[in-house]
Amino acid sequence: MNGAGVGVVVELKGITKYFGALLANAAVDLTLRSGEIHALLGENGAGKSTLVKILYGLLAPDSGEIVIGGVPVTLESPRAARAHGIGMVFQHFSLFDEMSVIENIAIPLDGAIANNALRRKVSEKAAQFGLEIELDRPVHTLSAGERQRIEILRALIQEPKVIILDEPTSVLTPSESESLFVTLDKLKAEGASILFISHKLEEVRRLCDRATVLRGGRVVGATDPRRATAKELATLMVGEGIADLNPGAGGEPGAPMLVLDGLSVAPETVHGITLDGIDLVVRSGEIVAVAGVAGNGQSELYNAISGEGGRITGGTISIADRAMNRASINDRRKAGAAFVPEARLGQATLPQSPLSDNIVLSWHATETIGSPFINRERLETVAQGIVRDFDVRIPRSDPVAAHLSGGNLQKYIVGREVKRMPGLIVIDQPSWGVDARAARHIRQTLMDLAAQGTAVLVITQDLDEALSLADSIVVMRKGRLSAARPTRTVTRGEIGLMMTGGARATEGAS
Amino acid sequence: MRLVLVSRRRISRQRQFATPVVALLVALAIGGLIVWLMGRSPWRALQVFVIEPLTDPWALQEVLLKATPLMLISIGLLFCFRASRWNIGAEGQFLLGGICGGGIAILTHGMSGFWIMPLMMIAGMLGGLAYAAIPAVLRTRFGISEILTSLMLVYVADLLLDYLVRGPWRDPKGFNFPQSVSFSDAAVLHPLFEGGRLHLGLVLALVVAAIAFVLFRRTLFGYAVAASGDAPRAANFAGFNEARITVLVFLISGALAGLAGVVEVAGQVQQLRPGFGQGLGFTAIIVAFLGRLTPVGATLSSVVIAVLLIGAESAQVSLKLPYDLTRFFMGLLLTCVLVGESLDRYSLEIQRERT
Amino acid sequence: MIDTLPLILGTILTAATPLLIAALGEHVTERAGVLNLGVEGMMIVGAASAFAVAVLTDSSVLGIAAGALAGLAVSAVFGVLVVYLAANQVATGLAMTILGLGLSGLIGQNFVGQPRAPIPPIEFPLLKEIPVLGKALFTGDPVFYLSLILIGLVGYGLNSTRFGLLLRAVGENHTSAHALGLPVRRIRFIAVLFGGLLAGLAGAYLSLIYTRFWSPGMSAGRGWIALALVVFAAGHVWRLVLGAYLFGGITVAQLHAQAGAIGLPSQLLSALPYLMTIAVLLLLSISGRRGSGAAGSLGQPFVPER
Repeated sequence: MNGAGVGVVVELKGITKYFGALLANAAVDLTLRSGEIHALLGENGAGKSTLVKILYGLLAPDSGEIVIGGVPVTLESPRAARAHGIGMVFQHFSLFDEMSVIENIAIPLDGAIANNALRRKVSEKAAQFGLEIELDRPVHTLSAGERQRIEILRALIQEPKVIILDEPTSVLTPSESESLFVTLDKLKAEGASILFISHKLEEVRRLCDRATVLRGGRVVGATDPRRATAKELATLMVGEGIADLNPGAGGEPGAPMLVLDGLSVAPETVHGITLDGIDLVVRSGEIVAVAGVAGNGQSELYNAISGEGGRITGGTISIADRAMNRASINDRRKAGAAFVPEARLGQATLPQSPLSDNIVLSWHATETIGSPFINRERLETVAQGIVRDFDVRIPRSDPVAAHLSGGNLQKYIVGREVKRMPGLIVIDQPSWGVDARAARHIRQTLMDLAAQGTAVLVITQDLDEALSLADSIVVMRKGRLSAARPTRTVTRGEIGLMMTGGARATEGAS
Repeated sequence: MRLVLVSRRRISRQRQFATPVVALLVALAIGGLIVWLMGRSPWRALQVFVIEPLTDPWALQEVLLKATPLMLISIGLLFCFRASRWNIGAEGQFLLGGICGGGIAILTHGMSGFWIMPLMMIAGMLGGLAYAAIPAVLRTRFGISEILTSLMLVYVADLLLDYLVRGPWRDPKGFNFPQSVSFSDAAVLHPLFEGGRLHLGLVLALVVAAIAFVLFRRTLFGYAVAASGDAPRAANFAGFNEARITVLVFLISGALAGLAGVVEVAGQVQQLRPGFGQGLGFTAIIVAFLGRLTPVGATLSSVVIAVLLIGAESAQVSLKLPYDLTRFFMGLLLTCVLVGESLDRYSLEIQRERT
Repeated sequence: MIDTLPLILGTILTAATPLLIAALGEHVTERAGVLNLGVEGMMIVGAASAFAVAVLTDSSVLGIAAGALAGLAVSAVFGVLVVYLAANQVATGLAMTILGLGLSGLIGQNFVGQPRAPIPPIEFPLLKEIPVLGKALFTGDPVFYLSLILIGLVGYGLNSTRFGLLLRAVGENHTSAHALGLPVRRIRFIAVLFGGLLAGLAGAYLSLIYTRFWSPGMSAGRGWIALALVVFAAGHVWRLVLGAYLFGGITVAQLHAQAGAIGLPSQLLSALPYLMTIAVLLLLSISGRRGSGAAGSLGQPFVPER
């Protein structure tokens, strides 16, 4: 090594990006070198995605410079970025479900069509990196791990100097993650530069050579993750420490509030998951977490419990001892249930309606909102109460739902359901895309609710959340649910094993 | 340099009101240009199309008569469009209303009695309602796009009317003209006051508009309709039944279009003949959008469009301007309204080349 | 019967060709994710423009070109609204149909009732001697043959060319397509223009070849039937061709039944194509093909974030 510039592939200098008044990136500097895996760390909303989109030509920076191989460049499109040797593996894959694997690979390649020449090239690359995949399968028949292979092959086929991976392990089972890491090590050995975006500190510490930490759009630290402790990295990410969760009195669980007995549900769409013989009991005063890799039937489970979708083909579901197989969501609410769905905008709320109007969605069947004429003043009072009691930060009085940040909107939605004083609350992905502070607030709210005797069912992909919050944990895999394990005694390794079915992930099974 | 759309965070109230007005003015300006290109005076056209219908008392009554069916149909369409259900076959439901109501008039020809008119109205509403139920049920039961089916049924209704007035319902003393008998006294909507022409229809339309206003503003039903249009998954979360809403909005819209059909045949035409619909069922779509899918807006827009339609009728005579010009103008107006709506939601910004 | 069969076959092909051409265009537009309810309007503007230009220049070739270009012009307005201004596709399509019906009346007002000589057919020696099919298939008009070329062009173009690949990608998932840097809106705009061009050509066929005169409103819902054919096709060009000839057959059968005075009201027979459209959509749904085949992001406006 004879100088700072050696091996430097890409340099971002003073990248600044505003969205309206929101500062997403503030003078961010980042250097990527060949043959290294560089972690970009930060919590939700820290500006990681924005920075990556700028590097991939999807967004234009308001100011700053991108230097590739020592030459300042303008990346006006992903195509230009690819031409400069930058490849991207998206978190929520940029794939076309109805098209074949080979067509998906051809699409971003200049001048390519899905012909034999391309097939040969892809097969070679696949063999080289252990990423074999059937090229003529339609994408919708593939597992998440296989889909990610397409994304990686698609990037590799262009011989990139830099590969960006955005939260690549969030959709993978632990063993799928392991094989991804093997591939990444191979790439690194070949001299590629890898930008690895994650908020999972353990894997960053294992895999990465350097780390840049973003908070509030600014670089707040650059360290060697292998030398820093997880605690140090976490503090860098979220700023001054966030108080630990405060568990409630921890009394014995009471009567069963939600009972699923051998519940089977037909898939809602052609590509959906079949729920197969689900057994689950959630009692008053306890928190049960459903863990598992996304896309294993969690949405289907939520829909079956809430009554929002899915056709029950066998077994029973009961809430507060009442049979609910054919009950509507409002019948279930009348039995004391409350639901917080995954999509905050457009499912839990009407995006363009004020918070007060949004009360009606889940309240109209069980609470007094005025009949025949809706009492708007009452709704406004209720909304104000939620904003006050649940620390919802609002830009102005009674804003429309779409104007709240993810964390504040989630606090409002949870608050709306908690105010109904439910005997059972089912919450799908409570802190997905929510900043750490709001996530803590929501988790504490759920704990307090359980302490008061509510039965809480949390469906989450975040294993840390499941472990920190729940009394017992079940794992969802391929439409089936494992037996419940007390959180106190279960280990992460055991849960990882449950996620993969007790063996190495079986690839290609549908 | 290039133009890009940027999402606005908030749509101001002033814009909500101003946009249709600006769209109307722009459409009038373009229309004037075309009139000028056709070698007529745009000022004279403005006089005939806009000023005269509003200043001449006789013409003003004609305007309100024309506005009546437009109000009824467009208020009905609001329910569909707010729920994002695309009933574009209101013309067919309008015709069916006229046919059913008119059928009662023909069957009771020569009779008298206060019950005839209410019966006609009920028959007309049921006819429109049943006709609208077809695309609704095809959508909810079979997943077929309501757009194509509702539209196809317009052609069928047109042919049904043609068959009836040339066949079974033809006036035997009508010199073989394709038209029914003239309705008896009891089957006609009479002027509300001496020497005038305005009848009960306008009152009905205003009452309907007021009810729709309250439904949308204050009731759970109005809320559910709007919710299912804005965010279907949120409506599902709220437990509003999608199929039930689809059927209900179609039935409401069909019944009101059917009522409009009765009002038109009993008030204006006073017999059945081909073409009594005049495409008002389609024009009402424009009215609904010009009125920003609100009851008050639709009521006002009905009058605006009626002014132009009456103006167009006299322009045919006085300026020899073809009626197709008006049709073209209606399409142009809807286009301008839609551009305006886009510019409400997004602002056009010039993006400089990146340096 | 042996004598009339080739003739009937010929008229079926002629009746089907405008439906086929318009539906091929709309098929491409919908594959790119845009629902164009303005086909009827673009078709009739094409019909009026084609007839007017053909009479004024006394050239059917110029007429046909003018018809296609007129359809293209209306589709350009549609495209700017729905693709670049993200306007509601249903309402904008309706606006184009209403506008097109009026505009066609203005263009055609001085040409109502004027006759136009037929365009000489292209005859294939020897082949036309094939019994029954020969005369129908090998003495057709030039645009009929063009429509056959278009079938191949659309089928090959969508499935085997790079542009077709990108067009389908944009239609299936515009978010993914944008993330990969495909010019979503440019591709959609081109697809809309292609649809407009073909709708205009279909209109030109109506006024210059099918009826050989101009009358207001002569498209008579064919644009809407073309839209229904695209639903029926469920993504497959061969089904679209089949559907178009099926409808051509219904149209001709209906005309023959009216002429033959078989005792049914003529209005019922005239209503047959519209009722059949609903019946076909219903059958399609009952046979379990509900919702399949449509492009993934059909009808949804796309606005990229900056």
